[in-house]
Amino acid sequence: MAAVSPLSAELSGAETQGPQARGLRAGQRRRLNVFRYLVFTIFGLFFLLPLLAMVRFSLQGKKLGTWSLAAWKQIASYKGPPPLLPAIEVTLELAAITSVVMLILVVPTMIWVRLRVQWFSRVLEFLCLLPLTIPAIVLVVGWAPIYNKIERVNVSALMLFWAYVILALPYAYRALAAGLNTIDAPTLSEAARSLGASWFTVMFRIIAPNMWQAILNALLLTVALVLGEFTVAYLLTYVNLQVELFSISRNTTNAGVLFSASAATLLFGFALLLILSYVGRRLRRGRP
Amino acid sequence: MFLLLPTGIVLWNAFRRPTGGFTLSNISALNTSTVRSLFVGSLELCLICSVSGAVLGALLAYAIASGNPDGAIRRLYIAGSGVLAQFGGVTLAFAFLAAIGPTSGILFHAKWYYNFPWGIGLIYIYFQIPLMVLVFLPAIDGVKVQWREASENLGGSAWQYWRYVGAPLLAPAFLGAALLLFANALSAYATIVAWEDQIAYVVPQQISVSMISEVGLINVNQADSLALGLIVMVVILMTGYFLLQRRAARWQR
Repeated sequence: MAAVSPLSAELSGAETQGPQARGLRAGQRRRLNVFRYLVFTIFGLFFLLPLLAMVRFSLQGKKLGTWSLAAWKQIASYKGPPPLLPAIEVTLELAAITSVVMLILVVPTMIWVRLRVQWFSRVLEFLCLLPLTIPAIVLVVGWAPIYNKIERVNVSALMLFWAYVILALPYAYRALAAGLNTIDAPTLSEAARSLGASWFTVMFRIIAPNMWQAILNALLLTVALVLGEFTVAYLLTYVNLQVELFSISRNTTNAGVLFSASAATLLFGFALLLILSYVGRRLRRGRP
Repeated sequence: MFLLLPTGIVLWNAFRRPTGGFTLSNISALNTSTVRSLFVGSLELCLICSVSGAVLGALLAYAIASGNPDGAIRRLYIAGSGVLAQFGGVTLAFAFLAAIGPTSGILFHAKWYYNFPWGIGLIYIYFQIPLMVLVFLPAIDGVKVQWREASENLGGSAWQYWRYVGAPLLAPAFLGAALLLFANALSAYATIVAWEDQIAYVVPQQISVSMISEVGLINVNQADSLALGLIVMVVILMTGYFLLQRRAARWQR
């Protein structure tokens, strides 16, 4: 590194450095680069090691240090106590119901507010972002009496979707608002209306198809949230995947299935969010 | 409807006697030594993990911001932060158990894993750092090269630049982000209960104990009054956050 003249460092640096580094002299920049790669390595290790350890643990054979897929095969056949498969089923069903209800509820409302009742949009934004500031642990205290009544009518864990719609509302709202802001909704709807389209057509055949990426984003975020939810289900004494993992960890010594199921949830969640960032990037590239 | 009703119920029940009628005794029950120690525990944990999370996150954010704006590292770390900031809860506690658990750790066996503020604090930092990166990166990106150049032209050293230009400019954004982290740690529940479910160290744990305890409740409204305490703290924190954000936004154009 010492052989590199300041000038060539200047030239080579100019291409790879960001705006923050451009105001620096060569020596400072070299030190900055060392600092950066040190920081990236340390933080990268800190973030990766627990995840890798979990995956490694789930691949542990009968004896320490051996490798085996047994724990992964157990996910489907694990009989308990407590059994795992019903919890997975319930969680996936919940994810589906929550996202459908969310879309039916939020997409038309947002388009309607954007087109017809602009003054209401601030109120809507405030309402939708409120669950971000109120902790779930506080909301669940308030939900307990409501769920007491719901349980008299229906004891299925699927009833949790009411709570999950609220919890996912801020994420879905922000994703959809970002999508709605990139299209000129009023002009589109005026054009459609003057060609004789009904409001229904405007909403579902004009605006919604134009923001399908945003809708997909909202969907994926909702699904990711439902998959990882523990607090509400546990405190309302329902059983979903996370609650089940928790009680397996408390009741049995079968560590293998615990870690393989956790790792599977995690990988599924990562896959969802990777799809999301991929779609997001393609969307941005597609637009000038 | 499903949002305002529960908050209303919490407020309502916090002032009610179990037998009906209104009282302030639930609130004064907050002033017992057990509950005080819970709030102190919460504050201790949140302080540790929000301060260290904020400092480390700011370092990482600076390292990211000084790189190529379209580079692979930056994209990787931002996408990763988005994922990891959401990744709390039961699985996170399991991951740390697998990595450094006292009897099962693959990397090493940490005796301090179940030590109250430090063991759980380390786990919390895992999702605090990415959140800090997400919140603080725009502020660092808003620092203009021209300011640095102006400082250099006037003969300022790197230390002087950071002392008189960089730090004062970034301070409101930094403090605001730290407050957000504090509120985030305050309301986290799933992680700590998967880490240790026998002893209540922080307020959310006690809320769950008074909600689903099997040993009979002394006061059914305790959960509500504790939740009220949390709401008050979060409201104060978020107000501070928004004020600081407005102050910080002055330089972000």
